[in-house]
Amino acid sequence: MIDREQVLHVARLARLELSDEEVGRASGELSKILDHIETIGELDLAGVTPTAHVVEVDSALRDDVPHESLPRDVALAQAPDVADDGFRVPSPQA
Amino acid sequence: MSAGGLTDLTATQAIAAIDAGELDPAELFEHYRARSAADDLGALGWVAERPPEDLAALRDRPLRGLPLAVKDLFCTEGVPSQAGSKLLEGYRPPYTATVVEQLAAAGSALLSKTHQDEFAMGSSTENCAFGPTLNPWDRTRVPGGSSGGSAAAVAAGLAPWALGTDTGGSIRQPAALCGIVGLKPTYGSVSRYGMIAFASSLDQAGPFARNVTDCALLWSHMHGRDPRDATSVGQPTPTVMPTARSLEGITLGVPADVDGDGIEPGVRAAFDAALETAKGLGARIERIELPHARYGIAAYYVLAPAEASSNLSRFDGVRYGARVDAPDLVGMYTKTRHDGFGPEVKRRILIGTYALSSGYYDAYYASAQKVRTLIAHDMKAAFDSVDLIVSPTSPGVAFPLGSKIDDPLSMYLEDAFTVPYSLAGVPAISIPCGLSEGLPVGLQLAGPAFSENRILDAAFALEGAFGFDSSAALSATGGAS
Amino acid sequence: MTTATDYEPVIGLEIHVQLKTATKMFCGCALGFGEPPNTRTCPVCLGLPGALPVANAQAVHFGLMIGMALGCELDSRSIFHRKNYFYPDLPKGYQISQFDEPLCSGGELGGVRITRVHLEEDAAKTIHAGTSGRIDGSSHSVVDFNRGGTPLAEIVTEPDVRSAEQAGEFLRLLRATLRAIGVSDVDMSQGSLRCDANISIRPVGATGLGTKTELKNMNSFRFIEQGIRAEVSRQEGLLRAGQVVEQETLHFDPRTEKLTSMRSKEEAHDYRYFPEPDLTPVTITQAMLDRAKAALPELPAARAERFEGLGLHPDTAKLFAWRGELGDYFEAALEAGSGLDAPLVANWLSNELLQRLDADADPAASNVPPGSLAALVGLLLSKAVTAAGAKQVLDRLVEQGGDPAAVVESEGLGAVGGEDTLAPIVESALAANPDIAERLRTGDMKPMGVIIGHVMKETKGRADGQEVTRLVRSSLGL
Repeated sequence: MIDREQVLHVARLARLELSDEEVGRASGELSKILDHIETIGELDLAGVTPTAHVVEVDSALRDDVPHESLPRDVALAQAPDVADDGFRVPSPQA
Repeated sequence: MSAGGLTDLTATQAIAAIDAGELDPAELFEHYRARSAADDLGALGWVAERPPEDLAALRDRPLRGLPLAVKDLFCTEGVPSQAGSKLLEGYRPPYTATVVEQLAAAGSALLSKTHQDEFAMGSSTENCAFGPTLNPWDRTRVPGGSSGGSAAAVAAGLAPWALGTDTGGSIRQPAALCGIVGLKPTYGSVSRYGMIAFASSLDQAGPFARNVTDCALLWSHMHGRDPRDATSVGQPTPTVMPTARSLEGITLGVPADVDGDGIEPGVRAAFDAALETAKGLGARIERIELPHARYGIAAYYVLAPAEASSNLSRFDGVRYGARVDAPDLVGMYTKTRHDGFGPEVKRRILIGTYALSSGYYDAYYASAQKVRTLIAHDMKAAFDSVDLIVSPTSPGVAFPLGSKIDDPLSMYLEDAFTVPYSLAGVPAISIPCGLSEGLPVGLQLAGPAFSENRILDAAFALEGAFGFDSSAALSATGGAS
Repeated sequence: MTTATDYEPVIGLEIHVQLKTATKMFCGCALGFGEPPNTRTCPVCLGLPGALPVANAQAVHFGLMIGMALGCELDSRSIFHRKNYFYPDLPKGYQISQFDEPLCSGGELGGVRITRVHLEEDAAKTIHAGTSGRIDGSSHSVVDFNRGGTPLAEIVTEPDVRSAEQAGEFLRLLRATLRAIGVSDVDMSQGSLRCDANISIRPVGATGLGTKTELKNMNSFRFIEQGIRAEVSRQEGLLRAGQVVEQETLHFDPRTEKLTSMRSKEEAHDYRYFPEPDLTPVTITQAMLDRAKAALPELPAARAERFEGLGLHPDTAKLFAWRGELGDYFEAALEAGSGLDAPLVANWLSNELLQRLDADADPAASNVPPGSLAALVGLLLSKAVTAAGAKQVLDRLVEQGGDPAAVVESEGLGAVGGEDTLAPIVESALAANPDIAERLRTGDMKPMGVIIGHVMKETKGRADGQEVTRLVRSSLGL
């Protein structure tokens, strides 16, 4: 069960604006999905190792060798707002 | 050769025709280009306006310049790569995904980008900001998803073959619903670099083709260790083109949960008939238990949304994509993401953020990872006694547009038979095995990690015996024929 | 009220060190040093869709060296986590960092216990542009991703520090250590070494911990010490006034010496850490450990101890060990001469040569290479030159370089020694000062200096005072 308050909290963490109607719908839908997810609770998981990676890879590290960087105009080409050769955003302090 | 004849050629046949001097790659490209331009299934986004400039050079490479349709989840330099999302509308990346580069190096010519569920989240391709894709077998039905555009395009002859991605079933299920062949490889076989991430620990690229031979051929040029993807390992052995005509000495395991309800009777009948065919080819059929497989969907719908919630944080309106302006930073973020993401993506971001949030991590994320361990152990134990596990790919045939879109959980359960193998990271293929209500039914064959050759060989033998006729879909489009 | 409670500070430090690799932590972009904005980026460090990180082997190597230098335990396996939060300088919406399986844990430096050392990626640079020309007058920032993704080692200490001075002392030793092992430029003004302090106070004798505040981003050792002092006294003031310390993040302005709360719109932090699925665990092999160990030079703490063993004053030993170039110069000078007295060489380096050079100058780059100083000290020991003469020689050497013996010769600064030369001068000095000579004869040694002064004047300071005294006594039959 996930109530409106929790939906709003999670939406804030995820930087998602939700309309009132969306919050209500999400609360219902998410609760139903979480009910299904909670069937996991039927299992005794004590002592089971969690799996983060299904394949065994030995330290895939990269040699410290420079590659060519993108030309600045390419890096900035898709940005919605460019100023002073950088990505412009509303100030975090605003 | 007549234009209709060109569509009828499989990729392998087209290559033979080129080698025999009967077909020019430019002619083939133009044929598919014209058909794609007339796509009325909503399968395609960007379509090439002309063949690539190096088509003549591609001719000398193994894939002979054959056209390739690529799911929009793959980044292609200078070509829109929108992942089915409004937020990425018109986004043209400055680089190309490794696997697309590899296929170009092998002689593929980029023909089109295919529609998909937004960020690969969905099983119907209805969650696409650019409209749904229709199933060429029945335009009132979905093609499956999330790689529905690729599956529909191959089934309808808009491309000889295509690239898709599979996180919980996104290649296998649309392949089944569109009556074609789709392979989800062992996790780590194919580079994920340049593939827009949904759930990093599950995502894997794979081929769609009209038959097993074409599938094996495209696949043979896809795998390999990529230094740009730390989780990639490639394949221990090269791909061997399938030749098997019998299944002598092969044991097929049938999981007990296939007997459960929830499978449509027509699918059940087609599956039973497929098992009979397998027996006729010499296979031994054995019942097996995968005791934790039924918790697969629950675990998957924690892990995949959790990873997705983090993977999608980069869509913040700063460096690319559509931005909704606001005077303050948080307002810009929340409005951009509200307007840019569709309902299913938001739903999964919320589930995933919730599952990772303080106080819930152990109950959800850590537990789901443990279920993943148990399912992987189940598979390992099963593959000690059987060579391959078979099941229907999907519990039902292609469903009507709009029928599940308002019921997320029922949509999620579409993946019940495909998800466990994704969690275990093992390979699985879907091949068409028959019809139910005039719609294709898919048979899934799964094997242990890196057993793609074994899977392809068995699938090839079964395909020969099924004699599935896909011409209904091929001739279904109004494209230039 | 009886007597006021005495409080003691409890301080833990978090230090971020930019590693001196050639490329960024997870991509091959060369590290940026003042290049034009956004010219050191690629799909990975811009967080473009589909891009994937691959960890830099050299950063792992440097991390292991730091761990070894700080006496940490190095686990055979280490994993990266994602730390999720939104900020424009964080292109992926998460920072790849480490959480419960860091590269190194435990350790100790200069009496302060080290909790952990982990690797992570630096944020990009946000330039706050102030009020823009927009009609709504809202203020904007511009992000430059050149720095984004620079490898960082985060070093976290236990709350073992009890004063601002101890914090400064620890950080100086840490900086010397990191510089000695060559993993970072450790330049605070350039941001390659950054320090946060977690500060609380408690009544002396108490064992619990008070509410802590976090003092952020102080960019010099002096400011750190000032900031800690200011915060400790602020907390004391609160507690003495019966108020409580609130957990918050503070900024110290060294110009106004004021502490300000850094309010953030981010609600209670919930970083939603989870294992980074794009990176596999880093397996630390014996070969990697061997390579890191082989790359470690003698560490400053050990070197200071060794210098003390040579008879150097503890402060001098520390100076030479902390400033590695001085230690190197000192050892080179010792080696260049034979039978040199270590404390004497140290004295001539720290009290003479360094005083003649700019602060923080490397003496090896001056006109006086270690061999020259060794030769000069040699001349002094063989009495070929007096201490006063040697100082004049050093003046010349610092100005124009050259061979000390040749300078002694050409400038006529050789010691005037031996009875044959010196005795007549002593005699004439006694003769010129008969009353002084008389007082000396009767055992009043106080005016000896007058005679020595006379001799020095005659010899232009090249005489040995002790020798003069001996000759006076012998002349007067004492």
